[in-house]
Amino acid sequence: MIKPTLSISNLTTSFRVNGEWQNVVRDVSFDIGEKETVAVVGESGSGKSVTAMSIMRLLSPANSRVTGRIEFEGKNLLDLPLGDMQSIRGNRIGMIFQEPMTSLNPVLKIGQQITEVLVQHRGMSDAQAEAEAVRLLEKVRIPSARSRLNEYPMSFSGGMRQRVVIAIALACDPKLLIADEPTTALDVTIQAQILELIKTLQEEEGMSVLFITHDMGVVAEISDRTVVMYRGEAVESGTTRDIFKAAKHPYTRALLSAVPQLGSMTGTDRPLRFPQVDMATGEIQPVQQTEDTVKLNAGPILKVDDLVTRFNIKKGFLRKTVGRIHAVEGVSLELRQGETLSLVGESGCGKSTTGRSIIRLTDPTAGEIRIDGKNVLGAGKSELADIRREAQMIFQDPFESLNPRIRIGEAIAEPIIAHGLANAAEAKERVGELLERVGLSASMASRFPHEFSGGQRQRVCIARALALEPKLIIADESVSALDVSVKAQVINLMLDLQEKYGLGYLFISHDMAVVERISHRVAVMYLGEIVEVGPRRAVFENPQHEYTKRLMAAVPIADPSRRQTRRISNEEIKSPFRAADYVPSKRLYREAGEGHFVQVA
Amino acid sequence: MNQETGTTSSVHVGNNLGKPTASRSPFRQAISALLNDKLALLGIVLVLIFVVAAILAPVIAPQNPYDLSQLDILDGRLPPGSESMNGLVYVIGTDDQGRDLLSAILYGLRTSILVGISSAAIALIIGASIGLISAYAGGRVDSVLMRIVDIQLSFPAILIALIFLAILGQGVDKIILALIVTQWAYYARTIRGSALVERKRAYVDAARSMALPDRRILFRHILPNCLPPLIVVATMRVAYAIMLEATLSFLGIGLPVTEPSLGLLISNGFEYLLSGDYWISFFPGLALLLLIVAINLIGDALRDILNPRREG
Repeated sequence: MIKPTLSISNLTTSFRVNGEWQNVVRDVSFDIGEKETVAVVGESGSGKSVTAMSIMRLLSPANSRVTGRIEFEGKNLLDLPLGDMQSIRGNRIGMIFQEPMTSLNPVLKIGQQITEVLVQHRGMSDAQAEAEAVRLLEKVRIPSARSRLNEYPMSFSGGMRQRVVIAIALACDPKLLIADEPTTALDVTIQAQILELIKTLQEEEGMSVLFITHDMGVVAEISDRTVVMYRGEAVESGTTRDIFKAAKHPYTRALLSAVPQLGSMTGTDRPLRFPQVDMATGEIQPVQQTEDTVKLNAGPILKVDDLVTRFNIKKGFLRKTVGRIHAVEGVSLELRQGETLSLVGESGCGKSTTGRSIIRLTDPTAGEIRIDGKNVLGAGKSELADIRREAQMIFQDPFESLNPRIRIGEAIAEPIIAHGLANAAEAKERVGELLERVGLSASMASRFPHEFSGGQRQRVCIARALALEPKLIIADESVSALDVSVKAQVINLMLDLQEKYGLGYLFISHDMAVVERISHRVAVMYLGEIVEVGPRRAVFENPQHEYTKRLMAAVPIADPSRRQTRRISNEEIKSPFRAADYVPSKRLYREAGEGHFVQVA
Repeated sequence: MNQETGTTSSVHVGNNLGKPTASRSPFRQAISALLNDKLALLGIVLVLIFVVAAILAPVIAPQNPYDLSQLDILDGRLPPGSESMNGLVYVIGTDDQGRDLLSAILYGLRTSILVGISSAAIALIIGASIGLISAYAGGRVDSVLMRIVDIQLSFPAILIALIFLAILGQGVDKIILALIVTQWAYYARTIRGSALVERKRAYVDAARSMALPDRRILFRHILPNCLPPLIVVATMRVAYAIMLEATLSFLGIGLPVTEPSLGLLISNGFEYLLSGDYWISFFPGLALLLLIVAINLIGDALRDILNPRREG
């Protein structure tokens, strides 16, 4: 048998927390063969990143302890003196991190950051290093590489920066590349580009890759073999194909059943709950169908006409407007009670601003918004307070959207009391009901937000949003920050609540697979405009607009048997920044099917 | 770590934090962290001793140094340990007026601490309100208020206090007023900075989207989250106010000679330092030093404990 490039046996890493040693990684063993891609997948806190840091010996020796064996090129990395490790790090093993925004030094030119490595590690002269830097940038497909050497990281987009980081990692022709969540911070089309790039480079360079991710879709796209980590242990490992086809461990099954798969909803009209897996037996419980909740006979709960939100960009001493960000441009929507309309698009497309504009958290520039027939933009202070009772918002980050200094019971009771719906004693009772309704227990009311996990906090936020008995809930990336299994539970909860209360959801998300699962109708946004809107089934099964197609093609599919080499254009996401005198053109829409509209010009 | 995995959504997610239900507020946690810090504890103990001694001064002081009838000018500048005619032992000597220095220091502490804490507290309330309003209103209101702060901060505090006292004359109330005028701007600047950050956070958006009244958002949501840096600044500022008061009294424009504060006592002994009567300046100076260091120890520990980055 050929010797593996990297062989990890019985790796155990512990940290000292308040004077006690706690195991974060327990007894993990796996090999990475030559030219092989191994994915380590797990949810937050599973120890996957710590595993990578242990291999690179990047953990501070003062409060961490690593035992076991990590064999690389015939040496045990854990026994090496730090000086020798330094020459392996960045030389024989390259590493890419999650945040492309912070892993480059902002005050050094791109060229300098690459040549620095070449001069240091490979002893090149300055001229040689520069020529090599150009070659590397071309290798990671950065157009007009030579001219970009003199630019600073700030003038590169997120995807481009990640390419530069990869170029630096490749500078010393490493045998092994460790990529720690390299695409998590990127938009889905950019993610697809970077994944393609890593795959191509691996073939060209003959490297092995250790890919750390939480995203089963990415795993299915890129890895040959997969190690599933759960609470510090490697619970299952095998070829990616086998794991996806016949996972043995209950956790792996639970994880896989919670992964939304694009295309899994073909042929259905209504949203679908996620199946739940019994953690003890690993059996998948049958999914209860959702009821038809959409009320077609009543008027729309939300009606938006020609909404425009622009932000002025001012410069100079006199604060002259030099340009505008056209965040939302001519958006029209309709949402009925019991219906879920998803706004989907990539970062900067204006989907969040649309949501915020609807309840005037951000003041729109023009347009008309009616919530339950009431005019939002013309409303005075007290009318607006009434309207906000009808429409509640759930935010992306459950850690941020609860005041850390207020007990959650009080946080939920606050709107009830402030709107005079109940006195303090009644409100307290109501808080208990609400907490139980979202799957928590009433006794948790006296706790502070920091005592909850991310998923529980998001449940608290949902309970708080329900406190005012709204008819419309605007969910702004509400499940994006959650781990996949928790995400599935929160979505199931949202579907339960929709059935029970006939809630209308405006579901704002970048995640096509989740959107497919939860929506009745979908609107695709690009550069502040809706480019395609229609019933979910029509948009997903028969996408018309170029951008919708591009977005769908970029979504990683959590099924290795459907892996395909796709051609992904290297296009960047454009900016909605326009000069001050820019007048947007009138858009025309074509009807592609019943209620399915596509922007044509 | 995520422990929800795999349970069905309708089943309650339960009491799985492994902690007892009694939950401690962030404020309580800060207090207990403070008590666990040895240096901070030393500071707290010292400050408590000073405060208690100052409060109990009329009871525990051997002599009332403000009562001129109890003073004997013939006892002037006696070294530590001397005995007076009426049997009183001057433990740390007397000053040039024949006051028992220990009593004078105890009474002086009273004034110093009163001036320091009350001026810092009032300046904090004024400054914090202005800073909060400035951050929440934004725009022109913010620009105008912050320019006033800039102007205020561009003059040395001692200069403003000097001018103020020159106009108003001497007295405890006047020196407190002068200290407030020189200090409110620091609080305003500090709280505006943190309020600007807090205002942009999602929980404020959440509160707005629930249509809570502005006043409630400002005082119930934003203010408590701005307090940590403010508390640190306030602690340090109390020390600074005490020092400033001592400086002004040393210069002879703070408090009247009949009500000596620590600064005035130091000043009184200053001219005798070279002639060997060190104690008149030394002991009040030592008391001042210990008080300031003790307060700063607490301030330093608070800064570490309340630093949001420390929570990780």
